[in-house]
Amino acid sequence: MNATLRDNNIVQAWLVLLLAVCFGGMLAGVQLALGPKIELNKVNETREKVPELVLGAQAAQAGAPLAVEPLTVSVEKPAKTVRYSVYEAKKDGALAGWVVKTAGQGYADRIEVLIGLAPDAGSLTGLFVLDQKETPGLGNKIVTDEWRGQFVGKAVDRPLAAVKGGAKGGSEIDAITGATISSHAVTSIINTAVADLRQPLAEKARGN
Amino acid sequence: MADQPTAMERFIQGILPENPTYRQLLGLCPTLAVTNGLNQALTMAGAVLFVLFCANVMISLIRDLLKPHLRIVIFTLVIAAFVTVADRFLAAYLYQMSKTLGPYIPLIIVNCIIICRCEVCASKQGVVAAGADAIGQSLGFGLGLSSIAAVREILGTGALFGIKVLPAVWPDWVIMVLPPGAFLTFGILLGAVNWYSARPSKATRTN
Repeated sequence: MNATLRDNNIVQAWLVLLLAVCFGGMLAGVQLALGPKIELNKVNETREKVPELVLGAQAAQAGAPLAVEPLTVSVEKPAKTVRYSVYEAKKDGALAGWVVKTAGQGYADRIEVLIGLAPDAGSLTGLFVLDQKETPGLGNKIVTDEWRGQFVGKAVDRPLAAVKGGAKGGSEIDAITGATISSHAVTSIINTAVADLRQPLAEKARGN
Repeated sequence: MADQPTAMERFIQGILPENPTYRQLLGLCPTLAVTNGLNQALTMAGAVLFVLFCANVMISLIRDLLKPHLRIVIFTLVIAAFVTVADRFLAAYLYQMSKTLGPYIPLIIVNCIIICRCEVCASKQGVVAAGADAIGQSLGFGLGLSSIAAVREILGTGALFGIKVLPAVWPDWVIMVLPPGAFLTFGILLGAVNWYSARPSKATRTN
């Protein structure tokens, strides 16, 4: 081997490259094997959360069980079609509300949330964070009951806004101190999903 | 490699004489963060055992191929791969626990204990010594985590493994399960360990 070839960065890093390829294959295998199981865990958790998100925590414990029907709602956007997975909750045959599963970029990684909507899709009835990797102690406060509780009962005719230093009611949400980006991320995830789905869900509700 | 400790020595050193938590003060981020309950602490210790064992064995097998200036890249690559496996596995089979531990499982990638053992032991010694070292160090880490978690859980909630052990009159010291409790408990236990290990050395001197 001559000196130029030996000093070549790629040749020196052959082990790094080889390992990266092997591990990439290994992780792909793990994902193939475990991915469906993880998805199933999330779906089960989603179904468990539907009553709380639609009726509120207390009513969910006391009230009659809801019939939950999963469906997919496609929304045509200028560039692409977006598919949402929506759970339709019925109590005694009457529509009790909707739960929308959606996700968006947070500060650290994707944030996956469940949004509870009233039957007419005009107000929020609950919020639950399915998956997040926000900064521990700051951004991960988005999962606390206290912070999520702010969203309950908010009308969605105007986009929600996360504000610093105390929300003044209306469409304002108190941003978490030290985690403004995470707070903004959650409100914008909700705003996007609600903007897309308000019309279709309200129409479906009337159709019922 | 006559000057390197044997597999048995590596194993024993990791548990108490070179305990990662109380002697090397490594991996303190999970030590403080996930010790508000024994279940979380033991799951974290189990995940570290898996990652450290796999990484140590793997690095030991390829130790003759490592180039000095690229070794850290390879350590990180190997560790990251096994941490991802552990993370996915927890999400599949211990879903609620994986949500409780949240980002602390992916954060094992930057846990100093593992990169330290790769550097100190696995990149210099054979597979048996590296494996024994990984198990010893992980047991030491588990011991450190569970000692802190036991104190915090019992004082903070009156329970161990989520099961009530103290009578209901116990006023739960909520601060113990909150972040300050981690610092208080760790500080006091570390002081106690230092005090205890300083004693025999005085005794040997007077004899």
